[in-house]
Formats: sequence, structure tokens, C-alpha cells
Amino acid sequence: MPERPELVFARTDGGAVTDLEEYVARGGFVALAKARAMEPDAVIAELEASGLRGRGGAFFPTGRKWAFVPKPDRLAKPHYLVVNADESEPGTFKDREIMLRVPFRFLEGCLIGAHAIAAKHVFVYIRGEYEREFEVLRSALEQMHARGDLLGDVTIVLHRGAGAYICGEETALLESLEGKRGQPRTKPPFPAIAGLYAAPTAVNNVESITTVTVVFELGAEEYAKVGVEGSTGTRVFSLSGNVVRPGNYELPHGITLRELIYDVGGGVPNGRSLKAVIPGGSSTPVLTADDIDTPLDFDSLVRAGSSIGSAGVIVIDDRCCMVQLGIRVSQFYEHESCGKCTPCRVGTRWLTQILQKIEDGRADQSDLDLLLSVCDRILGTCLCPLGDSDAIAVASYVARFRDEFQEHVHLGRCPFEGASSLEGILAPSALHGAHGHEHEAVPA
Amino acid sequence: MSETLHDRIQELRAVYPDPRSAILPALRLAQEEHGGWLPPAALREVADSLEVTPATCVAVASFYDQLRLEPVGRRLVEVCTNISCALAGAQQVVEAFERELGVEAGATSADGAFTLGTVECLGGCGWATVVAIDNRHRLRVTKDDVPAIVEELRGA
Ligand SMILES: Cc1cc2nc3c(=O)[nH]c(=O)nc-3n(C[C@H](O)[C@H](O)[C@H](O)COP(=O)(O)O)c2cc1C
Ligand code: SF4
Ligand code: FES
Repeated sequence: MPERPELVFARTDGGAVTDLEEYVARGGFVALAKARAMEPDAVIAELEASGLRGRGGAFFPTGRKWAFVPKPDRLAKPHYLVVNADESEPGTFKDREIMLRVPFRFLEGCLIGAHAIAAKHVFVYIRGEYEREFEVLRSALEQMHARGDLLGDVTIVLHRGAGAYICGEETALLESLEGKRGQPRTKPPFPAIAGLYAAPTAVNNVESITTVTVVFELGAEEYAKVGVEGSTGTRVFSLSGNVVRPGNYELPHGITLRELIYDVGGGVPNGRSLKAVIPGGSSTPVLTADDIDTPLDFDSLVRAGSSIGSAGVIVIDDRCCMVQLGIRVSQFYEHESCGKCTPCRVGTRWLTQILQKIEDGRADQSDLDLLLSVCDRILGTCLCPLGDSDAIAVASYVARFRDEFQEHVHLGRCPFEGASSLEGILAPSALHGAHGHEHEAVPA
Repeated sequence: MSETLHDRIQELRAVYPDPRSAILPALRLAQEEHGGWLPPAALREVADSLEVTPATCVAVASFYDQLRLEPVGRRLVEVCTNISCALAGAQQVVEAFERELGVEAGATSADGAFTLGTVECLGGCGWATVVAIDNRHRLRVTKDDVPAIVEELRGA
């Protein structure tokens, strides 16, 4: 069994710490006091030394992101810290458990961040479907209000989303927070210069912010000893799909897929064999059973042709038809496209339709070529990474499981003959006319 | 006397540096007070309270899946059918709800009691299948659990 240091979930005894007194008794808010005794630049330097990189998907160094926010004497506008608690990437459910189990460690990180970038306002944008998480945070904040010294002159506002995956993209999130439709902005300007209300803004993920507290609890040097070079510290992996013990597991970066799936997760149930793994949420390229010894850290996953993404690991056994998987993934991006750019709005729909044609046995070789050509034409032509995500995912299914796609075409039917574990997959019922734009029909 | 919607929206406005940011929370409040959707009267109330046009409210509301411009049933049952839930049998869970509630996914029952929907990942993939009932999540739901859940909802 791999070593399991608990840093994000430290001192919870496997449960939740939702009472302020209890959190303080267990050493809570010592990190905040340490950070507040330091100059903002020193706080940022400590984060850089820790090697902490963003847990929202892009793995951008947190300290460097904060260093980009101009000092108040250089840009005399209010500064904002915005926390991304919109968690909606299929396969990812870690931020939710962090908010439920360690709400104070998370809020403590918000206050450290506010100090580092000289923000008086923190906004936590929490997905609208997270009802309990919102209530737990609200209660935690009320308890903190009763102790004025904790918040000081900082206001933390909990802002609820209303159901739109794209609002997890940082500029769409800012649009949404400004009371608009959640459509991404062109960059530059970057949020650090012109973010919320056109003022300097840092946008960080819930796990990143909670880990900021950890860095000040342990000190950067101790923190950096955990994990591997380039990917320091722990990661909260969300493990789901065909695995015996699904759930969230905090583990050091660099443990292998085998350790996660077999030693921690108990392996693939019902005597089935492992077929595929999506390692970092639905937007990341698929891996196969041959990649089982890949370490789960940023560089190793890039070398394996994928990405650590949001660390949502989806395990898929041999009953799954990869064409059906492609359809369901593509439906997701089609549904969640904000409609702003044509290659994404139209391309995601084309991908779904061509995949459906292949699944139904109506496709010939030219459709398979068309599928890959549409992927190509989406890639790099979109304003934000959403469109690319669909193309990258679908192209990876074809690349890694080419024979299975080919077999659909040759046989003129699905080789699983109705026995795939995804048989009868259902699109979201609001697919058509989603997000206020109608999808154009696809030429047959 | 209970606070009016208008008063509550004024409180929301005060939370933000720019009052326009209050539009999502205001629409959510209005929807809660109008039986789970936003009829024209609700949109007008929000618009007046925030000093924007009703068209602005429609433009915003139409973007978000949780804000509804059509009536919904008194209870809202939403089954996640994204990958991890689908691998755990979400399709069969949806079928079971269709059978027990007598309504197809995406529709509202004739008596207006239930709306059944299929939705995207609810952030509970490790506890599949996830079913949201009036936004409260039930975890690890199997098709065999559905009759008891529906009985409970009908009894409530
Ligand atoms: C389509 C899309 C969806 C995203 N969804 C999320 C999300 O739900 N949560 C999140 O933290 N980051 C999400 N991101 C990444 C954010 O844009 C941003 O990089 C992140 O919040 C930065 O925080 P970090 O530096 O702490 O990782 C998404 C990005 C894209 C393109
Ligand atoms: S890529 Fe898609 S989601 Fe992103 S801005 Fe363009 S249309 Fe919107
Ligand atoms: S796939 Fe169903 S909750 Fe994520």
C-alpha cells in the first residue's frame, strides 16, 4: 500500500471539522497568523519555493500567478481574489469533499491569498448544484464573523452559479460573476491585470487555495519534500468508474496508476479486465491498460500523451464500447459549448453525429476520416479550451482504439451487440437549445 | 410580515461592488418564490429591483441550466447520465424512474407533480449513480432503489 500523507485533509480523523473552536484547537489559523506576519512578497516567495501549482487543470504555479497581480501602488483599483468552486469536469468531485470536510482550512487559504495580493474582497464562485457545500461554507463564515480578528477587513462572498460547465473557465466565471451570460473573454488582458470589474484579479481553484494553507502549516521546504520534482505535494485524486472502491484519495504526486487503481482502489470488480483510463477528467486523452505503470504527476502524464488535468481518474473495463464513450463525452461538450465560436458550437455537434453514425453501423471509411478531420479543424481554432477538449478526447479514443472503430465500420454494427456497459447512454435532456443557442442541423 | 422579494434583492445588491452581480442570486430567489421557474412576472420583478430590462434577465437566465423559463413539476428529479454514472447503470435508473413516475425523461407528469430530467456530471462520480431531487443529491442509487424513492416522494 503506498504511503498516504494527509495534508489537505490533515487532522480530520477521516471526518469533517466544521466547528471553528475545534478547528482552532487542532492548530487552525496558525498558518494565517504566520502569513500575516510576513510581507506579501515574502508570502509569494514561500509559495514559489513550495512548488505549488494549480489544481484546477492548467497546473500554473500559484505563487507566480499571484506575483502577476500588480501592487496596489502601481494600479490603484480594488484587487480581487476569486475562488473557482465550480467543479464540473466529469470525473472530478474533490473540491466538494474539501469544502465539506475542511471548510476552515479552505477559508484560511482565502485569507492568506487576500493578504498576498492585497485584496479586500474574496468571491467564492460555487456551482449551483452544490447545496450542502454552500451551507457548510455559509455556516463556517458565520462562525468566523463572530470572531472579528480572523476576517479583519476582508469580506468573503459566497456566490452561487446556476448550471453551466463553461463557467469553470476563469474568464467565463468572471463574466458570470458580473451578472452576465457565462461566455469566455479574449485574452489578453489577463485577469491579473483586468479581471473582475476590469480590476486586478487572481482566480484559483479550491484545492489550490486549501493547499496554500498547508504550505504555511508545514513550511515550503517540508511541503516540497512530498511528491516528485516538478509536481510537489499531494493531490486529491477522484477515483470513479469500474473500480472496487471509488472515492477521493489524497496521495503524493507520482504514485502510479497501478497503485491508485489496484492498491488503493481495490482493482476492477467482477473479474473484468482493465481496458482504459481517463486520468484527469473527461477533457484529457485516454490511456490504455498498457500505461498502468504511469506515475501520476504532471510531466509523466505529458510523456504518456495525456495530462493530469483535474486528477479525476475514470476507470473503464473491457465491457465498454469506445465509440459509445466518444458519443457521451462529445454530447457533454456539445451541451456545454457557450456558442461563441463556430468551430466549437458546430464542431462538437458534428463529432457527436458522426460518432453516432459509426455506432449505428451507417458509416463508411470516409466518415472515420471526416471524424478526425473535424477534430483537426476544431483544434486551435477556438477562443477557450472547451472546443479543443472534445476534439482531443475523441481523437485519443480513435488513436488508442483504432481497431474498435474500424470494426464498427467493417461489420456495419457495434461489435458489442448490445452488451456494452454504456449501452443506451442518455444525453442530457436539455441538450437541444442548451445555453440559449439552438444547434444547427448537421448535413446527413 | 415577511420580506418582499424586492427587499431581499436590495440586500443582495448591497453585497456586491456592482449591483448587476446580484442578478444570478436574484433570479434564483425569484425562481424559488415562483414554484421553480421564472414566469414573465418574476422576470419583471427582478428587472425592476435591479434596474435592468426584463430582456436582460431573459438573456442571462436562458444561459443557465438551473434557471427555467418553462414551468416544472413540484418535485424535480434529475439523474446524472455522464460517464461514471453511465458506467454504473444510470440508464437503468432513468428507465426505472420513467416507469415509476409514468413520465419520460425531459418531461413533466400530467398532474404537474414531477419533472424528470437527465443531467450532466453532478460532481459525485465516485458515488454513482447520483440523483438530484430538488437539488439534494442521493448517492449510489441503483434501479432497485427507485420504487422506494418514488413512494417516499409521493408520500411527502
Ligand atoms: C471549460 C473549462 C472548464 C473549467 N472548469 C474548471 C473548474 O470547474 N474548476 C477549476 O478550478 N478550474 C476550471 N478550469 C480552469 C480554470 O480556467 C482556471 O485555470 C483555474 O480555475 C485556475 O486555478 P488554479 O490555478 O488554482 O488551477 C476550467 C477551464 C476550462 C477551459
Ligand atoms: S471554445 Fe466553445 S465554450 Fe469556448 S468560447 Fe468558444 S464556443 Fe464558447
Ligand atoms: S458522472 Fe455522474 S456525478 Fe459525475
